Amino acid sequence: MLRTPLREALLRPLRDGALAGFVALVLCLPIVGLPTSETANGLILRPRIPEAIAFAVAVFLGRFALGVAEAGRPRPVALIALLVAIAAPFIRFAPEFSAALAIGGLFVALRASLLAFPTLAGRITGGVKIPPVAIKRAPLVILALLVVLPLTPVIDRRLLDIAILVLTYVMLGWGLNITVGLAGLLDLGYVAFFAIGAYAYALLSISAGLSFWGALPIAGLCAAVAGLVVGGPILRLRGDYFAIVTLGFGEITRLIAINWSSLTSGSQGIAQIPRISFFGVADFTATPDAGRHAFHELFGISFDPSHRQIFIFYVILALALAVNAFIARSRKLPLGRAWEALREDEIAAQSLGLNLQRIRLSAYAIAASWGGLAGAFFAVRQGFISPESFSFLESAVILAIVVLGGVGSQLGVVLAAIVMIGVPELVRQLAEYRMLAFGVAMVAIMVWRPSGLISRREPSIRLGAAP
Amino acid sequence: MSKLLSVEHLTMQFGGLKAVNDVSFTASASAITAIIGPNGAGKTTVFNCLTGFYHPTHGRIILQREAGGTVELQHLRKHQVAARAKVARTFQNIRLFAGMTVLENLIVAQHNRLQRASLFSIAGLFGLPAYKNAEKDAVERARFWLDRVGLTASADVPAGSLPYGQQRKLEIVRALCTEPVLLCLDEPAAGLNGSETAELARFLRELRDEHGLAILLIEHDMGMVMGISDHIVVLDYGRKIADAAPAVIKEDPAVIRAYLGEPEAA
Ligand SMILES: Nc1ncnc2c1ncn2[C@@H]1O[C@H](COP(=O)(O)OP(=O)(O)OP(=O)(O)O)[C@@H](O)[C@H]1O
Ligand SMILES: [Mg+2]
Repeated sequence: MLRTPLREALLRPLRDGALAGFVALVLCLPIVGLPTSETANGLILRPRIPEAIAFAVAVFLGRFALGVAEAGRPRPVALIALLVAIAAPFIRFAPEFSAALAIGGLFVALRASLLAFPTLAGRITGGVKIPPVAIKRAPLVILALLVVLPLTPVIDRRLLDIAILVLTYVMLGWGLNITVGLAGLLDLGYVAFFAIGAYAYALLSISAGLSFWGALPIAGLCAAVAGLVVGGPILRLRGDYFAIVTLGFGEITRLIAINWSSLTSGSQGIAQIPRISFFGVADFTATPDAGRHAFHELFGISFDPSHRQIFIFYVILALALAVNAFIARSRKLPLGRAWEALREDEIAAQSLGLNLQRIRLSAYAIAASWGGLAGAFFAVRQGFISPESFSFLESAVILAIVVLGGVGSQLGVVLAAIVMIGVPELVRQLAEYRMLAFGVAMVAIMVWRPSGLISRREPSIRLGAAP
Repeated sequence: MSKLLSVEHLTMQFGGLKAVNDVSFTASASAITAIIGPNGAGKTTVFNCLTGFYHPTHGRIILQREAGGTVELQHLRKHQVAARAKVARTFQNIRLFAGMTVLENLIVAQHNRLQRASLFSIAGLFGLPAYKNAEKDAVERARFWLDRVGLTASADVPAGSLPYGQQRKLEIVRALCTEPVLLCLDEPAAGLNGSETAELARFLRELRDEHGLAILLIEHDMGMVMGISDHIVVLDYGRKIADAAPAVIKEDPAVIRAYLGEPEAA
């Protein structure tokens, strides 16, 4: 690394730091410095000017330290930053300030030590090559684990619940991967199809008395039709415009769910959605209704409330695997290759006779239908749905799973869903930091693995034998 | 030589600029027709009008069908030009599906045929034999062209990782995999070295002589143009200034003035 003279090494960072500190001050004064708090006499302002200034100073120091590290003196910076981070919890000033100092200190220390030891950095970041064999075998191992999971003694109700939740997101991630990963369309409103599927099942089962198994295909169909209707006009739009319109579509769907009260009972949501049955043959209850069978009687075992949950687990596993199988298959079909070709270069693809509109619409509608199926599953599992469950945040989380996992990578989506959904659920204390973790993870991925955790693309066809 | 394509009074206006101004010419079957002219003369614009990327302001583009009858290209949309009129093209800046393998690039080019064979992917989803066979044919066609340009060994690598010269070749054979009657090449020799250019010229001649293909060629490499063209159309500022055999073009004073001004370029 080039070592610039000390004067120069300090001047630029000082300037950058001052600028960053100034911006921070402007932002912190209203946000940190002028908080309101509610008292018996109404809202009052409790100025915290020193805190705001402290934050701005911290930002200045952080930017300055980074600048010095980049100018060729990373080692002392790393050391000092680390000490600051360690000392931060003992500073008795404001708890947020300590937290910010600790996180900032760690970040600066990490960045500086990566600069100080570039070979190490290379080994940690670019150098991590997940061996192809591992990628090839991992799905089978994961699948085997999942199949026996509910039967192992370590599993309890809570763990199984988390597994079901993670699998739901895996299914949604795979579904969205058709649009984002294969067709290269940035869909920011995928949750709309999830919602349509959920409401379709809830309404069909309550008003028309349809069972889950009867309503499931209809829910998928409803979502697909919605995809066709919405996709038709908006797939003409290019890139960013498309993303914005889908974002709007997601929000509009939620607003319709809130405001069309006569159909959806508005923001109260729909409760008492009929539970899942064992393929319509038997119910999971201790005492079945007249003329119905009970699951435990059917198999001559004693009643256990966890049967239903275990069955639900296998249902979502099967649904998710169906999406996966569909994607694996369609990638080897003309349609799947056309999706990818349009993603790679839509002009070239059209010059070869590919109908952009129709091919993109198929990707959008097919992904929608899988989202709808997942939605129906969500409704039957929860027994209750309300518009709150279908906010933009859900679309963002699903998209984050796809991007984090590696756009187009099936295994990557599984890993990302475990990291983003499973881990925060498992360690409840972490749940508060979920959004922070999302942010950090996204930035880290963008910096070090811009194409996702797993970015290997398996060719859909080979001339030679597979290696 | 029978007439395959006739362009009549083609005009393409962008705001106040007539990029192509009342240009008429014809291209024969089994012949190489070159379109030359200085930078910005409107050559690529002619191609874009031919292949549905632009809809011309005026004029007609009439293509004879193999089965008899004609089709007017100016009414077709981009994908229809390839699918219905069997006109294929390459681009001045190479446009490959960079992340997909060489073979996949060539299979995508056969999309419409495969899509029909797979009953719009539904039969393919269940792995019915009709689709299997169609795919086998598609791979064979791809292998045939890969052998012809010496890319067989690279069939399974991402197209974007090929060296430049090979990317140019791949783009041409990808267009050929659509089984065109007319192939439009936009500066295929740009960026190629001498021996690569010679090889390209030989290949284009073979396409004409062995496969009876009609080629429209935009090219700045005068050596190559004069060597392989049967017929040359010269554009300047959107207007056609000459239209003749290579030997005549070389001597045409208007062309020399507009285009071959520098002595060494002639
Ligand atoms: N879409 C467009 N909008 C506006 N002007 C355009 C458009 N396409 C082309 N032009 C203009 O039309 C003229 C002809 O462009 P064209 O690309 O056809 O030239 P060319 O003969 O292919 O040149 P070159 O040899 O540099 O490739 C240029 O002045 C160009 O700027
Ligand atoms: Mg051009």
